[in-house]
Amino acid sequence: MLSSKASCNSHGQDSSYFLGWQLYENNPFHEVENPTGIIQMGLAENQLSFDLVESWLRKNPDVMELKKGGESVFRELAFFQDYHGLPTFKNELVEYMAKIRGNKVKFDPNNLVLAAGATSANETLIFCLADPGEAILLPTPYYPGFDRDLKWRTGVEIVPVHCWSSNGFRITMFALEEAYERAQKLNLKVKGVLITNPSNPLGTTMTKEELDHLITFAVAKNIHVISDEVFSGTVFDSPGFISILEAAMDRNLENTDVWSRIHIVYSLSKDLGLPGFRVGMIYSNNKTVVGASTKMSSFGLVSSQTQYLLTNVLASKRFTSKYMKENQKRLKKRKEMLVSGLKKSGIECLKSNAGLFCWVDMRHLLSSNTLEAETKLWNQMVCDVGLNISPGSSFHCSEPGWFRVCFANMSRGTLQVAMRRIKDFVERSNFMGRIKMNYQQNMSSLSRKLLSNWVRKLSSPDPNEHER
Amino acid sequence: MVAISKIATGNGHGEDSPYFDGWKAYETNPFHPIDRPDGVIQMGLAENQLCFNFIKKWVMEHPEASLCSAEGVNKFEETALFQDYHGMPEFREAVAKFMGKVRGDRVKFDPDRIVMSGGATGAHEMVAFCLADPGEAFLVPTPYYPGFDRDLRWRTGVELVPVVCESSNNFKITRAALEAAYEKAKEANLRVKGLLITNPSNPLGTILDRDTLKGIVKFINEKNIHLIGDEIYAATVFMEPEFVSISEIIEEVECNRGLIHIVYSLSKDMGFPGFRVGIVYSYNDAVVSCARKMSSFGLVSSQTQHLIATMLSDDDFVDSFIVESKEQLFKRHKYFTLSLSQVGIGSLKSNAGLFIWMDLRKLLKEKTFDAEMDLWRVIINEVKLNVSPGSSFHCDEPGWFRVCFANMDDNTMEVALLRITTFMHKHNEAMVPRKLCRRASLKLSLSRRRDDFMSQNMMSPHSPIPQSPLVRART
Repeated sequence: MLSSKASCNSHGQDSSYFLGWQLYENNPFHEVENPTGIIQMGLAENQLSFDLVESWLRKNPDVMELKKGGESVFRELAFFQDYHGLPTFKNELVEYMAKIRGNKVKFDPNNLVLAAGATSANETLIFCLADPGEAILLPTPYYPGFDRDLKWRTGVEIVPVHCWSSNGFRITMFALEEAYERAQKLNLKVKGVLITNPSNPLGTTMTKEELDHLITFAVAKNIHVISDEVFSGTVFDSPGFISILEAAMDRNLENTDVWSRIHIVYSLSKDLGLPGFRVGMIYSNNKTVVGASTKMSSFGLVSSQTQYLLTNVLASKRFTSKYMKENQKRLKKRKEMLVSGLKKSGIECLKSNAGLFCWVDMRHLLSSNTLEAETKLWNQMVCDVGLNISPGSSFHCSEPGWFRVCFANMSRGTLQVAMRRIKDFVERSNFMGRIKMNYQQNMSSLSRKLLSNWVRKLSSPDPNEHER
Repeated sequence: MVAISKIATGNGHGEDSPYFDGWKAYETNPFHPIDRPDGVIQMGLAENQLCFNFIKKWVMEHPEASLCSAEGVNKFEETALFQDYHGMPEFREAVAKFMGKVRGDRVKFDPDRIVMSGGATGAHEMVAFCLADPGEAFLVPTPYYPGFDRDLRWRTGVELVPVVCESSNNFKITRAALEAAYEKAKEANLRVKGLLITNPSNPLGTILDRDTLKGIVKFINEKNIHLIGDEIYAATVFMEPEFVSISEIIEEVECNRGLIHIVYSLSKDMGFPGFRVGIVYSYNDAVVSCARKMSSFGLVSSQTQHLIATMLSDDDFVDSFIVESKEQLFKRHKYFTLSLSQVGIGSLKSNAGLFIWMDLRKLLKEKTFDAEMDLWRVIINEVKLNVSPGSSFHCDEPGWFRVCFANMDDNTMEVALLRITTFMHKHNEAMVPRKLCRRASLKLSLSRRRDDFMSQNMMSPHSPIPQSPLVRART
């Protein structure tokens, strides 16, 4: 009756990543009203620097009430639906993007295509680069949303490139080749490799070596490289950020074939903390891709009202410089607070220099080195300890026991509560000697029901189940 | 060089249509009363610019709606963070209420069934993804909006099968036409999943009467296919007969509600195409659920949700706006069609939309689409008006053109009418023996012009309201 897309579960929402959010929503923490509720540590949002944006807005009356030089621009904005986007907005965006990259890369606004968030940008890019049934290689662990964004409506497949903790989850040439061969055996034509740099969930920036491997690989296999750089403005520590374009320029590849096969995805949701405004973009030196994705952006344009507001915010260079510096400072401090808090509980994190989260090593807390043990631990973390952290399996991590824990979407006070809870939990577990699967009395019956339904579904998957 | 996708390299984006060529002609030489008085006047873009001052006044008086004002900035953080694909509850409630008011409060909409999308463009694509698989088909009555070829087909792989409607019965959607299209699809081995109707119609500017709607609902129930009602022009009905929505019909006849879906937007009714507010309203829970997940690809900016929620919750404003908008559209439509009739140009009798379906069949050298294209090129290049040829709307009969009238101010309208008048005079001089032409006058005078240039084929030779103040002022 409905389409197979509507009836299947390739929207990916059955993932524990999203289930955790649901459990949080049923019992959200509030310092005063619900102090025993679940703390949301599964949402990579940047809430640390809003006061900076708000104070800028208060000081800039022209942007208020959509006035420019005293005249209301409301009318022009209400009619502006050109899918090329507001030229002034794109000019500001490319300058901002260049600034984040230390001005080592220059961007041409004519190669920038706006989209409704990076979600839409990634999907659009895949529609442009691959046909249904073709494949994209994706290093693990990767953002769970990619299962929906890259595959759901496009019909394209994802082939994971396995990365391991033994070398800090770095992408090796061996891993790339292995994944490519696996795709060949499955009769899948590989069209490209998609990397997230800085990485979600690792919080690390890619090394020059990794970027070189990727480029060499893309040249050899004649495939595209998509670099999702949505976290590029969250790099708060050394080593600095190297964009894929910078790496390609260092190898003097500007006039070669591969230059038109490198595409960047960006968004203002993470750096500027504005996920609600849905500002995403694709940058490509490939005219055909720019042309096609511009037309496709009709399906998800950025509201002109939002384009106008942000043009003005980004045009203030003093503000953006101040913001970038202060934001990075605050992210670094907050991350250190999380890392040291976890260390006190005997928990280590992958050394990271970017992102809004840490990749936390809880392998030693598993009862066994299995996915089931990770799931059990996750249940406990969400329902007993009251922290919605995201299990590594939801990021397709090949090793159980890793969790992504976000730190930038809450107040200091809330993070302190979270650290205390983990400490108590670890102490209790140490005292008990081993972890048991144990539903405590304070776990709501709804949480229990949701969890057991989910576990049941997982144990007898039916990808072709009929429409509901 | 490795290929990119077939979708990217093909022409499923539909931009090779003359519908878009006309826009390009306009963009290379756009009319401006002072800077470019000989430029092309854009009459190919269905936008509603007539009520802007009314809206602007409200925006200036309500700084709290603009989010970045002193009154609104305290909501900045929570709005900027809000990315829940359910949409702000106050936004959904306000939109549901507005949709009800536009239908005279004869029907209530449930805010929980409202799903956001990237404009109606995004809404249509989303609905197609939810209802049909690649290779399946929707039936669409002709003439239809050219964008559907892209929105419903391009990335979805879904096919469109036209339901041919004819001028002989004012392009009514008949049972016979529906059945013929369904059979045609079957013969082509296409599985029909749904029927898409646009009501009020683009490009016709007419509404579907109750009996036709009931017939359509009956048809889709019998065939067990979906019905998608694009009602984006619902508030542009400026004259009797009153608009009837599918949402009303399903309360009156037996219907499997799981088959009923409405596409809506604020781009036409409110004149906000830049804000990208598209809505999918489905009576099918599974579709609501799926569409909601898909809406991640085209959510409405929270900044805009906040503005719209505030604006549409203001009942006094909404009530006055609906009345004012109809009044302005009525006046403009009447003036435009009357003026055209005075130079012998007729159009399909219409009571809605932002355009008229102009009948230029008598100006064609021959009854072919090539002749229509020739005429169209003359209109763009010589008369300097971007109007949209009927063939781009898949009209099965050449000679019809969609002409938009609500996207310009009064002065530009006068310039456009003068150009049409001049063109028609030249055309008629060419048709008529020379001695009669010397008596022709360029001044637009009511009584004489109508008699001299009344055409046999005009569908609407008389003003629907003979005693209108506009007529009185001229005579």
